[in-house]
Amino acid sequence: MNNGHDAACGAALQGCVPARRPQGLRHNLTVMLIVCAASAIVFTQNGGGLDPASLLKPLADSWPSYSGDYTGRRYSALTQVNQSNVKNLTLAFAAKVTGGPGSGGGGRGGPNPEGPQTFTGGEGDGSVTVGGATQIKGAVLSVNGVLYVTAPDNVWALDAHDGKEIWHYFWKTKGGTHIGNRGVAMWGNYLYFVTPDDYFISLDARTGKERWHKEAAPFSQQYFMTSAPMTIGNHIIVGTGNDLDSPGYLMSFDPETGAQQWRFYTVPMNPGDPGLETWKSLDAARHGGGHPWLPGVYDPESHLYIFGTGNPTPAYMSTPRGAGLDNLFTCAIVALNVDTGKMEWYYQTSPHDTHDWDSAQTPVLVDGDFRGSGPRKMVLTASRNGYYFTLDRRTGEHMVTSTFSDTVNWAKPGLNAKGQPVRDPAKDNHIAGALVSAANGGSTNWPPPAYSPDTGLLYVPTAETYAMYYLTETDPRGAMGLGGKDEVSVGTMGSFISAIDYKTGKTVWKHKFRSAGNPRGAQGLLTTAGKLLFGGDVSGNFVAFDPANGKTLWHSQIGQVTNAPETYMVDGRQHVLVAAGDTLYSFTLYQ
Amino acid sequence: MVSACSAVSALIVVTSFGISAQRRDYPNRPPADPAAVERGKALYGVNCQFCHGADTRGGDSGPSLLRSGIVLDDQHGELMAPVVRAGRPGMPKFTLTDDQIADVAAFVHTFRAAGYDESRLKPPSIVVGDAKAGETFFNAKCSACHSPTGDLRGIATKIVEPRLLQQTWLLPGSGAGRGAAPPVQVKPTTVTVTLPTGEKVEGRLERVDDFMVALTQADGTRRSFRTNGDTPKVEIHDPLQPHKDLLRTYSDADIHNVTAYLVTLK
Repeated sequence: MNNGHDAACGAALQGCVPARRPQGLRHNLTVMLIVCAASAIVFTQNGGGLDPASLLKPLADSWPSYSGDYTGRRYSALTQVNQSNVKNLTLAFAAKVTGGPGSGGGGRGGPNPEGPQTFTGGEGDGSVTVGGATQIKGAVLSVNGVLYVTAPDNVWALDAHDGKEIWHYFWKTKGGTHIGNRGVAMWGNYLYFVTPDDYFISLDARTGKERWHKEAAPFSQQYFMTSAPMTIGNHIIVGTGNDLDSPGYLMSFDPETGAQQWRFYTVPMNPGDPGLETWKSLDAARHGGGHPWLPGVYDPESHLYIFGTGNPTPAYMSTPRGAGLDNLFTCAIVALNVDTGKMEWYYQTSPHDTHDWDSAQTPVLVDGDFRGSGPRKMVLTASRNGYYFTLDRRTGEHMVTSTFSDTVNWAKPGLNAKGQPVRDPAKDNHIAGALVSAANGGSTNWPPPAYSPDTGLLYVPTAETYAMYYLTETDPRGAMGLGGKDEVSVGTMGSFISAIDYKTGKTVWKHKFRSAGNPRGAQGLLTTAGKLLFGGDVSGNFVAFDPANGKTLWHSQIGQVTNAPETYMVDGRQHVLVAAGDTLYSFTLYQ
Repeated sequence: MVSACSAVSALIVVTSFGISAQRRDYPNRPPADPAAVERGKALYGVNCQFCHGADTRGGDSGPSLLRSGIVLDDQHGELMAPVVRAGRPGMPKFTLTDDQIADVAAFVHTFRAAGYDESRLKPPSIVVGDAKAGETFFNAKCSACHSPTGDLRGIATKIVEPRLLQQTWLLPGSGAGRGAAPPVQVKPTTVTVTLPTGEKVEGRLERVDDFMVALTQADGTRRSFRTNGDTPKVEIHDPLQPHKDLLRTYSDADIHNVTAYLVTLK
């Protein structure tokens, strides 16, 4: 679709950030190889920081990227905490972080004027106040005994032994949607993160001092950025977010300089681009959304970066996108060559979505048997639309589709020849209201699933909800962005963990969280070689389950969990780490 | 993309997604000179409106300007001017001065672009169903618990707004969205806890999860119990359960028909 060169053309028309290297890919590759050779020396000489090659290892002692490793399985090889001793798991520390310009200070008890230094950056004039409490809603990196934690506009380094704060970085914002931040990426001794006002920022991980910041998307067009960047070799990859009508894109940056290496638009931007025939017009495509707002996964053998794309826009008023057209490459799983930024394959999980159900969820790479056909290399995804998919990750070939929600009702019975659900227009937004499952939050959302090779099951946080979707915009030109409808809840049937067999798509077990009223959606998950599955329930408990059957084994009431749990080793002790609001809780064994 | 900010979604997913986009997130442009806006409006009306619409949202032959990257990035006509003067495929050239284009820009920028764009038009009534068919459905599925001459007598007078009435009969107490108070009070959920001794403890359910149940007894005493699997036995009595069970069975026509019937119960 679009590489760095096309991006320059797009920039001229759209007023976007100019591509730094319009000369094209050959030049980029040369630069990359030189940087790669140089950085190898840096990593061995200093012995510090994160060698990108270490990201290729299975997940164990450290947690060096958003999903821990490139597979997105969130399966740790650590076994010190296991099914036989998890009942003894106990609190190691609780570390509260405080966002904003003041000093931090680790541990309970709030800001500490004697605490570590806060470094402040940002292009804002300080007049934009972000209300609401600090919320940790992303990954915490754990590298060489240090934890790197984020909330929108804020990064902290904490000691992995006891959570004491080492430094804090605060970005003065110009504004933008402060919905969450999914974490930092690391390369050598450098950290990378993005802000709601669209900056790509690099910090020195040792000190918390800013190295540089770059404008990554135009704030004037109401872009906002929440994703955790991903380190792959000498690429730092990050995607956009936007709830107005705008094109989504993924960018690759040079880790040293922050210069753009390539840019991939998820919608057609120029005449002749693939997928243009699936839009009403070029203008419609160029306002078509498809924002890749969560990190993807990486297959080192094929050099494919595989990620999900968001909903088409306008989200609910779909006629301006072309009645019945697929709107590629929105709501799809997309595989790019990480060196060139060129698309190798795609599979659309929601053709012509009309409910703002992104397919941006981080997919999961699994190697395993498949119905007697021998070992296969696959990618799994459970989509916000309530459908589960197994695909061949080298080709995008469809293998399995199923539903993992018992209430989902937006599609016609059966699947099409490609294995895709077929939208039922009767379940779009209508003036008299349409009763649709799921509500806007979806059958699942950003909280990441986990996969255990011990059970062969994918564990998916699941919500079964209904809402009435009312059309409120009667102008045939439609509304913009997320406008034009009003959605009113009619209740939640339950929140669950669904354990899905990738070979059949069948839900092998489903744990319903016992609750009263309208429970929240379930949070993200972690599984380990200790035969454990960890996750927050909908009532403020942090819970360990048996991954074979969903039985509860241990819990602690810490308040509503807000991210997916992680695990790491420090000084021979395994910690299980999870966030609840502004506080990180770490559990360990003292026996 | 990210979860919507309506009160409804927040109810279900508040911790997962937080409260999302508020309009204040994207600062308003400083107000322009009203005289410039007036001049710009006149120029726009003559030169641009036919294709781009009176409200800049586009027409049959011209795209929406409101969501255009060039217009969003433009401050005082400096990015719009080259397009206006050079034209585009399908768009003619216009001979306008810098000052005139700045005036047009001032007018165009008075329209606010927002991802959470509210409807600008009041939709027609949501009542589209067949009241007779609704009455038949009501007698078959609802009349075991409800009566048009009993508890629902005058319901359409008590709840005048048809959409609120529809939401209320689908799930009483769910309200009308956007934080509006529900028009009917639902009886509280109750719980019966059967202890290993055989003793039954009953009361209003305060909270329940996989590990705890808490209730308030009729005499006001609060009691809570740790649970382990099915011990002690916990039976929850949700007065809305019949309504929840029916959600899986309705067609949209059933819903619209029942609403059309209930609005006649004045």
